Amino acid sequence: MIDPPLTQIPLAAYLLVGVVLFVTGITCMIAKRNLIGILIGIELVLNAGTINLAAMSSPFVAGSSLPPLDGQIFALFVILLAAAEAAAALAIALTFYGGYATIDVDHGDRLKG
Amino acid sequence: MDWNWVFFIILAAITVTSAVAAVITSHIVRMAFYLVVCLGGVAGLFFLAGAYFLGAVQLMVYVGGTVVLIAFGVMLTARTPFVRMQTTPDQWLLGLATAATLSAVLVQANLRFPRPADPPPAVTEPAVSPGGLGTALLGLRIDAASPAEEGTDGAASLGLAYLLPFELVSVHLLTVLIGAAYLARPRRPTGTESEGRREAAWGQSGGPDAALAALAAAQDGGS
Repeated sequence: MIDPPLTQIPLAAYLLVGVVLFVTGITCMIAKRNLIGILIGIELVLNAGTINLAAMSSPFVAGSSLPPLDGQIFALFVILLAAAEAAAALAIALTFYGGYATIDVDHGDRLKG
Repeated sequence: MDWNWVFFIILAAITVTSAVAAVITSHIVRMAFYLVVCLGGVAGLFFLAGAYFLGAVQLMVYVGGTVVLIAFGVMLTARTPFVRMQTTPDQWLLGLATAATLSAVLVQANLRFPRPADPPPAVTEPAVSPGGLGTALLGLRIDAASPAEEGTDGAASLGLAYLLPFELVSVHLLTVLIGAAYLARPRRPTGTESEGRREAAWGQSGGPDAALAALAAAQDGGS
């Protein structure tokens, strides 16, 4: 029992934060030509997803419908897979830099048909 | 308006402004810093939503691990101390058009999300303890047993638990780390000449030890 009782925050407020993070991440992926910048955009998009999952399973959020554990476990998996993805993407960036001496993705067009 | 709302507005403002700043700035190092602030704000939102363990994991893995990886990537791939990214105006136009379209669609979908009609009740349910998360990852849901099925034992809720995804994620992490180490390995400058010399040395003698000795001798003679 929580004392004094807190009012619940509506789910739409959390989802709006998720929307902003998702849109900024997509814009980052489009506008930046740097491989690290694109990686930062991907991290923003993944965080938008984890915010939505955590809010949808929270007892402190009005309108949340998932059981309390499921969203948190999904968000945990997202965080772990994002860490793995960052490691692999960084290795690719280093290899790319070794071959081209830049990480501007516009220069990586050797496979262009 | 109580403290729940106050902290939510503060954390949401931090998260949103730093995310927007990360897109607008053209310094890659400042981008990484704004990403740190943004991820910290997201961790605060997790704490506010009652997901305490998730917030701690976010701080440790993301702010402590992934951002350090990104910072190392910036340092290892920068030729000048202050890398500037030139974004051409047409790319900004494309990005802003995509952002406007996505925002319109997602905000409309968000506003159509079904919401409870009655005023939200006060919070009485305690947050999930990390122990529940741990047993769910080990295959047992101690929280899923509703009062109606109180008589059933814990094995009835085995199907809802996450043992198999947990194992899959661990194997996936191992694979990705081995792959990343293989991709980012330092390449020795072995041209075709030294390759040929090594194969010749391997062919002349019978074993790997003799081949290595012959290779060392050839390199000493060459240098």
